[in-house]
Amino acid sequence: MSRDSFSLRINGEYRKLEAYPMERLLDVLRERFGLTGTKEGCGEGECGACSVLINGELVNSCLVPIAQANGTEIVTIEGVADGEELHPAQKAFLQCGGAQCGMCTPGMIVATVHLLEKHPKPTIEQIREGLNGNLCRCTGYMRIFEAVEKAASLGTSR
Amino acid sequence: MRSNPAEYEFVSPSNLAGALDLLHREPGAWQPVAGGTEIMVQYSAGRLGARRLLNLWNLRELKEIVESNDSLRIGGGCTFTQLRERSAVQNHFPLLVTAAAWTGGIANQNRATIAGNIVNASPAADSPPVLLAYEAELELISATGTRRIPYSDFHLSYKKTVLQPNELLLAIHLPKRFAGWFSYAQKTGARNAQAISKVCIAGVGKLRGNRVKALNIGIGAVAPTPLRLRKTEQILLGSPLTQKTMSEAVQALESEISPIEDIRSSVAYRRQVAANLLEDLLSSFSASEQAG
Repeated sequence: MSRDSFSLRINGEYRKLEAYPMERLLDVLRERFGLTGTKEGCGEGECGACSVLINGELVNSCLVPIAQANGTEIVTIEGVADGEELHPAQKAFLQCGGAQCGMCTPGMIVATVHLLEKHPKPTIEQIREGLNGNLCRCTGYMRIFEAVEKAASLGTSR
Repeated sequence: MRSNPAEYEFVSPSNLAGALDLLHREPGAWQPVAGGTEIMVQYSAGRLGARRLLNLWNLRELKEIVESNDSLRIGGGCTFTQLRERSAVQNHFPLLVTAAAWTGGIANQNRATIAGNIVNASPAADSPPVLLAYEAELELISATGTRRIPYSDFHLSYKKTVLQPNELLLAIHLPKRFAGWFSYAQKTGARNAQAISKVCIAGVGKLRGNRVKALNIGIGAVAPTPLRLRKTEQILLGSPLTQKTMSEAVQALESEISPIEDIRSSVAYRRQVAANLLEDLLSSFSASEQAG
């Protein structure tokens, strides 16, 4: 099979690449563009470590072939902050200690950004549901939920 | 072992006609892929047999939800997120919203499509019991035309369906005639969130007096295919809901289902839970009359 040309916008920058159409978005982000904040956990859409936004929608990038991301706008954990100014979700995870080993944290924060876009003042039920595709094996989740509540109180405006 | 992307062909037709044309010219040669929540899992694990893949994700023709006076037409490419968010689905088919919310986490619901859930033909899928209860019809399309069949005729045996190699599932039609009906859906899984069902059940019904005037029940993960519990329904139709009729219904259920043991559950567990879920459904059904 041959490679095709794809173009997409990643964290605000237009990018072009030649790739096999079945290369996973996760691998393209990490290996072609060095965006290693997006982690591979399970590789089967269960754990959310590879969460990114495509056109504002939360997805598991391990399940997206690059051909399906052609022409889209991608936001990874590296694109969540506004320059040096952290996103409220990032500030809140820091303040609340919503991370231990850190493997799930980029995905948790991207899922939080998505949740707050849909529900700026989420209920605890909405928080639990919004993050239910993101598994954490360290924290027991309570500090993560606190961080999301804190992020909501900080506001999503940058 | 991870798959090598160089070994896979993945074509993206610009419209539905292009996709159907490929399927027509080489029936069976192409594996359709929509949101990828099933196929990409197999691919990532190196278990995907198909090497020639057909991208349906970008086809607008599959993504529409159209409401008419007497029915709702849901394009096969609609995601579970779309189903959850559309008021027409919420208003007329609330169990479909419930099942959509059960299916995976939010990221999966943003990609997984209703047609994918159906044609993948897993007996444990969450939307089929609901679609059986609501008497859904499927609109199948090929380069030579379309046909409509009751969803209850779609599954033939484990992972075998009437879908032909040159066909796609274009749309799901739901009749808008369940307003005011009792409705119930429940699932058991290893975890509340994004777990594949051990057993899932959905039912809609109507009582007159205390007698059962109508009852449709679909159940998943207890047979080689999603199952409409017709014998169980038959036992109850025209009868009052009493301890006696309900226990006869549970006996009928036990004769209709044929669960297997797998990684998620044992036969005995599935039989017990299926009976419990039916009892809970019928108790709620009975209570709905007293409440209403």
